[in-house]
Amino acid sequence: MKTDDLIKLLATQPAAERQAPAGAALARAVGLGLLGGLLIMLAGYGTNPALPQLLGTPMFWFKLGMPVVVAFSAARLAARLARPGMGPGRAGWGIALAVALVWIAAVAQWQATPAPERAALLWGQTWLSCPFSIGLIGLPVLVGSLRALRELAPTRLRLAGAAAGALAGGAGAAVYALHCPEFGAPFLAVWYVLGMALPVAAGAWLGPRVLRW
Amino acid sequence: MPVTDIETELRALMLAGLAGDEAAYRRCLQKLAAHLRAYLGRRLFGWPDDVEDLVQECLLAMHNKRHTYQADQPFTPWVHAIARYKLIDLLRARGVREALHDPLDEEMALFSASEHDALDARRDVLGMLQSLPDKQRRSIECVKLEGLSVAEAARLTGQSESAVKVGIHRGLKALAARFGAGQRLEGQA
Repeated sequence: MKTDDLIKLLATQPAAERQAPAGAALARAVGLGLLGGLLIMLAGYGTNPALPQLLGTPMFWFKLGMPVVVAFSAARLAARLARPGMGPGRAGWGIALAVALVWIAAVAQWQATPAPERAALLWGQTWLSCPFSIGLIGLPVLVGSLRALRELAPTRLRLAGAAAGALAGGAGAAVYALHCPEFGAPFLAVWYVLGMALPVAAGAWLGPRVLRW
Repeated sequence: MPVTDIETELRALMLAGLAGDEAAYRRCLQKLAAHLRAYLGRRLFGWPDDVEDLVQECLLAMHNKRHTYQADQPFTPWVHAIARYKLIDLLRARGVREALHDPLDEEMALFSASEHDALDARRDVLGMLQSLPDKQRRSIECVKLEGLSVAEAARLTGQSESAVKVGIHRGLKALAARFGAGQRLEGQA
């Protein structure tokens, strides 16, 4: 087809059917994914029996807040990367900030604890399963946000995939925090961060493969 | 045309198009096609046959993804990012490793110079000259466009040398007054 004919054809439908902003499409996908993650958590793990008492402890809110900040920053990052010509901007800094904060808290708690009790803060009871549980609970969000990104137009596929992964990791960790019996900041700094890194790696690997358009 | 003017013009056309104006949208796509042809042509000089295919692919991609352009965002970087994405995609498919080392991402390279603009400018100048009296027009054509000396121009047009100089001066001044809101033609006289 000649270019002029193509242009004539395209010009017959000027208005975009979907004017929803990139953020809205992403938010819908994340909402559904979050629901899926909650179901996995409730069915496979159950909420922490001590949850009502935990609501009064700062550690619970820290454990919940850190992944939420990661998820929100990653969502903003992904929404920017989904639109051509928008760089990552400063959206990624929120993720770095949240991780830095949890590490500062971890080091402080480590220093303040007598040496014999430190190992419990780091390893807890569940260090082996924690990262995989976070990855599993985050999986529906990863799938949903990658699907939403496909409908948009990311031009840096690996980075966009990694942002979707961070979003899934943050969401997964936040949901998992409702079950998680651990209380040490060093535990968070290592195993939660590792758990969130799993979907990031998966997203970065998947990005160039599934986000091409 | 400076990049900012291109941005203003194309953005206005695109927004009108997104609001449902077919003519504006067609005009926008036509202008984009010209820019893309020049941009991709320079980077695919090894495969001239692919340029037009890729121009079409880019136009189609921009059309299909036009819902990702939002009014709060500059338009030309959006276009540039898509063109660059499609270009890299093609080069990668061809396995052209050297080509990836080219500075593909000089900001705005897509809009810095297009063949279309050069043609436009030439047509504009010739059109503007038509509006001048014969003597002034001939003097400007000989000296400014064909590069003759004032003496040669005088011989050719049968005027005195000072008449040629005055003709050029008045002609450019008249053009500047008529078309040049802000563009300083006299400076070059």
